Amino acid sequence: MTEKMTIAQALNLALDDAMAEDPKVVMLGEDLADNEEGGVMGVTKGLSTKYGKRVRSTPISEQAIMGAAIGASLVGYKPVAEIMLMNFTTVAMDMIVNHAAKLRFMSGGQTHVPIVIRTMTGAGFSVGGQHSDYLEAWFAHTAGIKVVAPANAAEAYGLLLSSIDDPDPVLFIENMPSYWTPGPAPTRGERIPLGKARIAREGKDLTIVSYSRMANEALAAAEALAEDGVDTEVIDLRTIAPWDQDTVIASVKKTGRLLTVHEATKPFGVGSEIAAVVNEALFGDLKAPVKRLGGAFCAVPFSKPLEDAFAPNAQGIAAEVRSMLSLDPVD
Amino acid sequence: MSNYPIPDSATLVRMYEKMELIRLNDERAHKVVKTGRIVMPYYSPRGQEVIPSAISVNLTEEDYICTIYRGTHDMLAKGVPPKLLWAELAGRVTGTCKGKGGPMHITHPETGVMVTTGVVGSSMPIANGLAWASQLSGDDRVTIANFGDGAANIGAFHESLNLAALWKLPVVFVCQNNRYAEHTTFANSTAVDRIGDRAASYAMPGITVDGNDPEAMYGAAKIAIDRAKAGEGPTLIEAMTYRFNGHLLGDDGHYMDKEERQKAIDADPVARLRARLISDGVLSEADADKISADITAQLDEAIAFALDSDFPTLDELRRDVFATELA
Repeated sequence: MTEKMTIAQALNLALDDAMAEDPKVVMLGEDLADNEEGGVMGVTKGLSTKYGKRVRSTPISEQAIMGAAIGASLVGYKPVAEIMLMNFTTVAMDMIVNHAAKLRFMSGGQTHVPIVIRTMTGAGFSVGGQHSDYLEAWFAHTAGIKVVAPANAAEAYGLLLSSIDDPDPVLFIENMPSYWTPGPAPTRGERIPLGKARIAREGKDLTIVSYSRMANEALAAAEALAEDGVDTEVIDLRTIAPWDQDTVIASVKKTGRLLTVHEATKPFGVGSEIAAVVNEALFGDLKAPVKRLGGAFCAVPFSKPLEDAFAPNAQGIAAEVRSMLSLDPVD
Repeated sequence: MSNYPIPDSATLVRMYEKMELIRLNDERAHKVVKTGRIVMPYYSPRGQEVIPSAISVNLTEEDYICTIYRGTHDMLAKGVPPKLLWAELAGRVTGTCKGKGGPMHITHPETGVMVTTGVVGSSMPIANGLAWASQLSGDDRVTIANFGDGAANIGAFHESLNLAALWKLPVVFVCQNNRYAEHTTFANSTAVDRIGDRAASYAMPGITVDGNDPEAMYGAAKIAIDRAKAGEGPTLIEAMTYRFNGHLLGDDGHYMDKEERQKAIDADPVARLRARLISDGVLSEADADKISADITAQLDEAIAFALDSDFPTLDELRRDVFATELA
């Protein structure tokens, strides 16, 4: 039997391995240390006990957290800063966008900012409009910062190690509702390179490009569609910026159809960029217009039926695929 | 202030040399921009020469500073070579940042100028990080976070001072209170009379000092830097000074109180220190003139070097975005 691990365990293991490997890796963020229970979700449990002052809980001061990470990174440290929730990056945007992302360029390459910003988010946890947003498009739009979003435990481990190794700032998005989802355990020490997508399922009729939790919804949709003889290829981007254009374009060249799926709202989203690039590359080869699925264009709602309907799901994805293939809808 | 450390004559002369460099450099910046030879936003530090000069004689090249868009005085005092500074001001490839940062983003790690920010208040959170690195590695460096009185009203000030005090970071927060936040007077933007008083909120020492008095400023800087290096934590220095010019070149400062401004200009700290060093017999008129002449020659060379240098090639648009050049 393959060993199983949750995403939260895989993240903890990656942080532990990175800190054991490189004394320059340090961590800071709200409630990180064991005195504060090792993170609100327990992701960093045990690390401050093991690594002492290299793991520091901070005040609720997102600008100060990011500034401290940036400053230490300029002189050789590799800080992993946790901004507890993705919505809280908004109060540190100056540090992230004006400084972390730009210092390498503005200094003409004299300094650089090898930090990882770990942050969690995602609808489905009944925490409403300021604790659930996917804001990756803002960061993907910014030159100088990479954006990574794992979909399972093995990816969480391998991508986090690569993000810590990376010489540039990386925003690392963790899906909160799936922290405790078990999956095949990672191989210790094995990195997943940034900028490389995973073909999660091979198929010939249509390509779905997704990432984070939605990649799993897309896979579930593909399995359901397979029962009706629809052969869907599912690409899990893993790195949103810079994204793996080669893999996506090769896939759509083969299938002729593309559907993008993410939890973030659709307008001006990552799916729009992917659609544009694929249209530029493959206009004549497309058998159908590129379609996009995304979260509803509203704040993430609290009320359970509304929240459940907010993000795409396997059923909705399958329905969209059927419509793109001009198949009759199924009930 | 009777127990403050006092600079000896040689130190005062070193401070004066830095101040005269800043003054003459400022004079040249006005000329070069007004004659159209360089197009740049320029935020004159004239009137604030004492502060970084008194700080820098207490630092080594290894110590770090973070400064802001009004920061050429901080950079020159810390030792950034005028040639590289001017080439950057001119947007040339020979500049500190290959011309890609410009006047608001001068960076020169060799002399410890780690970040220059164009965003009010943003020097402080990053300075904490540099100081945290020193604390982690035990390298005995101190970090200076420069900012203005306007920045004392932005949230980053509060977050940074609290964290620095909590973690006992080897950092000195230097608020250069030049009485204006852009066009707004200190009184119209700040509820307290003295920024230095705010230190009490962070359980750190606060020193409000005459930042145009070389001895007082030297003493305040030395106390704070020694304290940081001894592992005793941060200090907030509010250095009282006065911005001779408008917010930036092109702004004549007509909104500034005329009488107050004239009084400050009449009490020019650079001229005052020169006169004092001469009257105390530390320098002769000829010595002082030679200092100015040497600096003028250095600036002539720096500006000529800058204007003779090439602009960066367009492939620089793809470089330094990430470690790997963009396709």
